[in-house]
Amino acid sequence: MNPAFRFALLSASIAAIAALAGTAHAGKVLDGVKQKGVVTCGVHTGRAGFALADSSGNWSGLDVDYCRALAAAVLGSAEKVKYVPTSGQTRITALQSGEIDVLARNTTWTYTRDTSLGLVWVGVNFYDGQAFITKKKPGLTKVTQLAGATICVDSGSTTEKNLAEYFTGHKLQYKGVVFDQIEASQQAFMSGRCQVYTGDNSNLAVLKATQLKNPDDYMILPEQISKEPLGPAVHRGDEDWFAIAKWTLNAMIEAEELGISSSNIDSLKASSADPAIKRFVGTGDDLGKFMGLDKEWSYRIVKQVGNYGESFDRNVGANSKVKLPRGQMNLWTKGGLMISPPLR
Amino acid sequence: MATVQTAAVPALPPRPPLNLRSLGLQALALALVVLLGAWLVHNAAINLAAQNIASGFGFLSDTAGFAISEGLFPYEPSDTYARAFAAGVANTLRAALPAVFLATVLGFALGIAQTSRHALVRLLSRGLVDILRNIPLLVQVLLWYFSLTELLPGGDTPLQVDDVAFLTKGGFSFAVPDLTASQAIVPLVLTFILPWLAWLAKPWRRITLPVSLLVVIGVWLLWPDSWQRPQVGSFGVSGGATLSPEWLALVVALTLYSGVYCAEIVRGGLQAVPRGQWEATHALSLTRTQALRRVIVPQSLRVIVPPYTSLVMNTIKNSSLAVAIGYPDIVSAATTALNQNGQAIECIAIIAAVYLTLNLLTALVMAIVNTRVQLKER
Repeated sequence: MNPAFRFALLSASIAAIAALAGTAHAGKVLDGVKQKGVVTCGVHTGRAGFALADSSGNWSGLDVDYCRALAAAVLGSAEKVKYVPTSGQTRITALQSGEIDVLARNTTWTYTRDTSLGLVWVGVNFYDGQAFITKKKPGLTKVTQLAGATICVDSGSTTEKNLAEYFTGHKLQYKGVVFDQIEASQQAFMSGRCQVYTGDNSNLAVLKATQLKNPDDYMILPEQISKEPLGPAVHRGDEDWFAIAKWTLNAMIEAEELGISSSNIDSLKASSADPAIKRFVGTGDDLGKFMGLDKEWSYRIVKQVGNYGESFDRNVGANSKVKLPRGQMNLWTKGGLMISPPLR
Repeated sequence: MATVQTAAVPALPPRPPLNLRSLGLQALALALVVLLGAWLVHNAAINLAAQNIASGFGFLSDTAGFAISEGLFPYEPSDTYARAFAAGVANTLRAALPAVFLATVLGFALGIAQTSRHALVRLLSRGLVDILRNIPLLVQVLLWYFSLTELLPGGDTPLQVDDVAFLTKGGFSFAVPDLTASQAIVPLVLTFILPWLAWLAKPWRRITLPVSLLVVIGVWLLWPDSWQRPQVGSFGVSGGATLSPEWLALVVALTLYSGVYCAEIVRGGLQAVPRGQWEATHALSLTRTQALRRVIVPQSLRVIVPPYTSLVMNTIKNSSLAVAIGYPDIVSAATTALNQNGQAIECIAIIAAVYLTLNLLTALVMAIVNTRVQLKER
């Protein structure tokens, strides 16, 4: 090859790369989702009750149900979801870069994350708090008694910072061992490298219920040192998609409040005279048009996935292995924190 | 014998005359690459701003807020991100430098053992090299870490030597002298002066050096009034100085992995020395040790140093596998920071810059070493 030709080739390839990079600007998320035919959903790499794939690759969990509900509302079928397992470190970048359309991965809603990372939270689907798990010891009841302990903690989470702040605030010493992978920190805790493991209460409950060999030897200290409202987040700058994501979550909560479940929705659709229910199931006023969806978007969510209460019981509540109490995740009418603004 | 290589390095071929056209094309290509780079940076900045993602290195002076569990660099969670990164770099060096040193010692020992006249020694060292060289480093790191944390006893029932040294899942804890800085001056000065004096007493080195080392150890043992001793507390062993299992696993794995590579480099270097040199040492009736020390090793260094330089660099870079076992090195500090503030580009750039700087420094030092071990023509 003569040098001039080689140079021309080089310049052409650089120009081509530049042109390709230039066209990679994101369009509207909804258009993209419809075009691809799937909702790309960032989930946990594997946490029973929230997002876990079984041996045949089927995902289930509270966060997974949210992804399914979104796909049911937007694409008509809860099956049209592509799950992207994300680690604590990659989850935010994945959403920032547009690799995923929505992040439903036990992610705590904080001020900094909501304002400075280019994402925005759509709501809360689980109210969690940071707790501590350790081997039972006589007289051990309070977090302050853990002074001097070696504590395993996951990197890339609010957990690490809460832990440092709590112990500094109480003028206590601890030795933290920080792992990149949640599996690694849990393994280190189970091997005895750390006497204590800290994380979201739900995470500890899942660990205790599904992985510890002698769960009765361990206790989760009742004290929680932080509030961790977990919920889905979407990319900032597309209000239409934000609205769809937000009202998908609200629709699941509203359905429970209205008494609509996957088992009775068809009979209610056929017979109910309640205007609120008629709006919800798509036989009354059109609730979809302002979001660019059809009339039956909310009907499909409950029909295919269920209301919030059903999803909770099935994945983390009474009918699951984890058996977390409903607690703050009860509806506001039952003393909990789950509330949807009126769907009208 | 006269043909044996002390031949001069062949002279470089004469430079061709300047070719203006090729020079111009090169300049143009360079300009294009620079422009492309500038455009990428500019584009990233605009996109980040459009997405309301914070950018820039301003965050370095914010409070980090996360803890770093071990290290020599003084750091508290209330310190800035910049200090957190500095602590991370210190931890990277705290693992990489001992590993480089130990790997070099191990490498020379194994390398020389492979050229031994005893078949058993050759075979054993060969086997060790072949096994360790062919298992991925990450696997070895995890293997050592799990061995330490699974097999060692818990904090309540340590393996202990009196109350001086404790070995548990929490690591290796040992007693250290309880000295303030001013109290430590005398033993520190003696530590450096005594061996130096012993070295000066040239004809008697064989006696004076070991004696001076014994005296230094004695001073360190007898000088302090009190010791900080490890003890079994309610949560494992506390007090004294502790080497964490993370550090131990990382340093052991790096030492063995780099050590066997170093052994191959050393073996290659030794075998590159012409057989005639060995024969010459026999003719002078030098012992094998003398031959190695005075004739063979010095000549093999010029072959050993360039690949050894890459090995040192690789060892430093490989220390980033620390992140798999929770050792708080620079990668760990930067990825934690990345998650607190979401500034991925900046944090990854810092990691890259740190390794680049460390390796350029290594290259600089090794370039000096390299010029010193080259054959000198007289």
